[in-house]
Parts: sequence; structure tokens; C-alpha cells
Amino acid sequence: MTLNALETRRAGMALTLDGLALGYGSDPALRDIHLEVASGEVLVVVGPSGSGKSTLLRGLAGLLPPYSGRILADGAEVTGTAPDRAMIFQDDGLLPWRTVRGNVELPLGIRGVPKRQRMAIAEQWIGRVGLAGFDNRLPRELSGGMRQRVQLARALVGAPRAVLMDEPFGSLDAQTRAEMQRLLLDVLRDTSATVVFVTHDVDEALLLGDRIVVLGPSALGSAPLGRTGIRAVLDVPGPRDPATDRTGLRARILEEL
Amino acid sequence: MTSTASRATPSATPPAVPPADPPADPPATPPATPPADPPATPPADPPAVPFAYRRGSAAAAGLATGRGARRRDRLSWAIRTASVLFAVGLWQLLTTADARIGLRFDRLPSPAEVAGELVRQLQTAVYYLDLAQSVIRILTGFALAAVLGITAGILVGRSRRAGDALLPLIEVVRPIPAIAMVPIAILLFPTDEQGIVFITFAAAFFPVMVSTRHAVRALPVLWEDAVRTLGGGRRHVLWNVILPGSLPGIFGGLSVGMGVAWICVISAEMISGELGVGYRTWRAYTVVDYPGVIVGMATIGVLGWLTAAAIELLGRRLTRWLPRAEGSGS
Repeated sequence: MTLNALETRRAGMALTLDGLALGYGSDPALRDIHLEVASGEVLVVVGPSGSGKSTLLRGLAGLLPPYSGRILADGAEVTGTAPDRAMIFQDDGLLPWRTVRGNVELPLGIRGVPKRQRMAIAEQWIGRVGLAGFDNRLPRELSGGMRQRVQLARALVGAPRAVLMDEPFGSLDAQTRAEMQRLLLDVLRDTSATVVFVTHDVDEALLLGDRIVVLGPSALGSAPLGRTGIRAVLDVPGPRDPATDRTGLRARILEEL
Repeated sequence: MTSTASRATPSATPPAVPPADPPADPPATPPATPPADPPATPPADPPAVPFAYRRGSAAAAGLATGRGARRRDRLSWAIRTASVLFAVGLWQLLTTADARIGLRFDRLPSPAEVAGELVRQLQTAVYYLDLAQSVIRILTGFALAAVLGITAGILVGRSRRAGDALLPLIEVVRPIPAIAMVPIAILLFPTDEQGIVFITFAAAFFPVMVSTRHAVRALPVLWEDAVRTLGGGRRHVLWNVILPGSLPGIFGGLSVGMGVAWICVISAEMISGELGVGYRTWRAYTVVDYPGVIVGMATIGVLGWLTAAAIELLGRRLTRWLPRAEGSGS
């Protein structure tokens, strides 16, 4: 089986944001962003709504060209989207006319993987996210949680070296969200991809991240109103171990927010 | 189909859950490792679909099932049949009584005469020749209009430069009724046949182009972003997002296009054909053969209805993913 060809652990992508200004129109909301995302780490970006979290992610994905500054992926400048940087959207990212399998096969089809192989790999990932037997369902026939499982499978099926997640569990109820977080941790254990995860949920950030970046209004009133930047970059002690006590860090983040 | 009554949001879904709506998270534990979403959750996440695609899901849920509905179905069929029979009966009555009540029914052929004429014509070869000729003309013109209309609509909807180049021309020609182009078509095309096909094409092209353009421009950006972040280029976006995503709108244009194509093919045949249902109908008029005229009219009606139904059917098959009442049974 050629599954292993795509499964082999490839080093995660290192991302560098170098003096980045990013936003829509001529007056970018995010300014002067300097950040290094190490290969294979899970970096969580938190911030209030409107703080530019999603904008940052779209920049990393290559969907939004920087206003100034540079985004580097393994040292090469990002000028557009690439299959190596997969993105998971908050919801509705699935193509509604494609079945679960059709959606999961999509990145493989784009890469020109032969049909039979495509099916086998997709099948495996559909099982892995707990949707075995739902291959032929259309997205409208699935619940929100199930649709996000499909998005997860679709993003990871092509073995990307970086996964960008834009509040993927933001519209799920608490119980489904907890399930999805567990599933994500489970799946991430088998990959070495770099993950940039955007959320407004501090507990989610503490559970998933190696490091947490807090976005918010620029510090010290140095920039005009409406601009945001990085307020803090914090290390998470004992990452992804639910037993670790992180109340101190939690308080610190809430203070920054 | 389910236009106004179904605008309600899915949140108003009545308690009776339609079979095909969110099938609650996997009920039986799937064999895979992580457990599926707990069955307790489904009400908390309604299907999140862009509003334009939500039409009808509430209506689907509201459709009563079982014997009550079937009885109502039978009743409405009875009413429909009775309505047609009543109209034909009235026609028969007025014509046999030679009624002159403002309108002069004394000269109008009765349904019985028309039926007799139809039976006679059905036994002649020329009836089928006319039929085939008209169908070939409309299918050729319509197919050309569909292909070029969809192509032009996508080009203009996606590319600003293509819009700059094409839109002024299109907007100048669009208000001219296709039938008004007959003199020019006769002048330009070496044969009548080509002229008639051109008129049919010109009639159907604009509705198809315009609705394609609107459908393309109304597409949510998210789907395109998704395909691009998976490594897809322009070609992938075109085939995987733009075409399938604008199909519901495109089919609206195809339906309208087919309607006007019939109007124009029949009119063009009346003016310049040597065969075809329109030509035959006009000829019947010139020899004061009124039953023949009405047989021609009925033939056109049936053909138009069949082609419209074919497009409707094809459209529904290709857009089954839409959360609409009829399709949600899978």
C-alpha cells in the first residue's frame, strides 16, 4: 500500500513573520508582527474578535498578500497558497455538492493521485476521524461536528507540513468541541506538521498549544486606535497534558486580553 | 417550486425531523478509534448553510406524510383534471352553439374538429418531418446558446478585463428581440436553416449568460479559498467550485432560455421556413385551415412543455446537494 508514502513523517514547516503588516484595504489592521513558528510546534493564537487572528491565518495560508513585510515558509517567501499549508475553516469549508469521500479525495485529486489510490487513502482518513460508513453522505446530511471531522480529514489527507486552523470548533457545542479537541490531539500525535490554531477560547488554547500568542490592541498606545499586534508570546508548561495546572498562565492570558 | 412559503429559517424546523436532515451524530459506534459525536448533541448544531441554499429545508420538514397527504394529492389531481375538462367542454359548447357573445365562437373549430384533424395529421409523414425539423433547430440553437452563454457568463463574472471587453457589446445587443434580427439573419446566412438556428441561439443566449454571470458572482468565496488552500489552481477552482456552485443559477437561465428559444424558433419558421411546426401552422392559416392552426399550436405547446420538463429534471438531478424539499429524500 502506498499509504506510507504520504504518511512518512516529514518535518513540520517553520514559519517566519518578519515585520508583517496585514489587512484589508490600504490601512492594515495588523502591524509590525514579528514571530517565529518552530517546525512541528502547535502555536495557538488567541485574541478578542476583531483582533486580526483570522487575517493572520489567511496571510499564512497565502490567501492574503502582506501589505508590507514578509512571510517565510522554511525560508522561502510565501506568495500564494500551497498544498503544503492546508487550512481548516470555521464551518462551511466543505464543498456541498461533494460527498464526504469526494471532499476528502479533493486534495489528492488536485495532486493527481490515481483514482484507486485516492479512494484507499481517503477511506483510511474517513475512518480515522470516526466517520467510517458515512462516505457517501453529503455535507448537508451531517451535523456540525461531523462536518468538522471531514474538514480535518480533508486537510490532513495530503500530509501537509503545516496546518492552519481558523476557529475550527468555534461553532460547536461544548460537548462536541471537547470530543473534537481530543480527536485533534489524537491525530496530531501521528504527524509532525506545524500547527497554527486560532481560537478565542483560552481553555482550548491552554489544552492544545505548545505556545500561545495573544493578539490585541497594540501596547502602550504606540499605534493609532484600531491597530492590533502581538501583546504576548507565552510558553505552555507540559503541553497537551491535561493534568498540568495552568491557572497562573490562564490568569496571565486573561489579563492580556 | 418551494419559493415563498419556504423562506423560513431552519431554526423554525418543526419537531418532526425529516428523515434526511442532520442524521444525528453517528448513532451506532463506528468501528474507528475516536468515538463519534455523542447522540445528545444534534439540536445544538443546525446545518450551517449559506442562506441562499437554505430554501425549502423548512418546507421539507413541514410536509406532512402518510395517508392525509396522499388523499390531498388525489384531490388536487381531481381538481386539475376537472379544470381542463371544464375548459374543453365549454369550448365545445360555445362552438357547437355558434355563440356570438362579443367573441365570435361560430367560426372557431370545435375541440372535436381539432381532434379529428390531429388524428388525420398523425397519420401523415409530413407531420413528423415538421416536428423533427423544429426539434433539430431548437436543440442546435439551444445547445450553442447553453455552451456559449455559460462560457461567456463565467468569463464576464470572473474576469474584469473580459467584462470590459464583452459587456458593452452584450448590453447593446441584448435589448433587441431576437425575432427583430430575422431580416439581418436572412441577409447574413447563406441558408434559411442557419438563420433560424441563429435566431434561436440569439434568443436563448442572453438569459443563460446573464444568470450564469449572476450565479458566479454570488458564489461564497469560502469554497474557492478552501480549494486554493488545498493546492488547487485556477483550473481546479473552475471545475470544482465555480461550475458546480453556479449550476442552480445556470439552470434558472436555461429554463428561461428554452422558453424564449421556442418563441423565436416558431416565429422564425413562420417568417422564413420551408418545414417545421411554425411554418406548417402559418401555412394552415394562409389557407384558412383553422383546425390545422390549432393542431400546430397544441403541438408547439406539448413540445415546449416536454423540453422545459427535461431541463427541470436534469437541473434537479445535478443539484441534488441543495437542501430542497424534493431532493432531500436522497
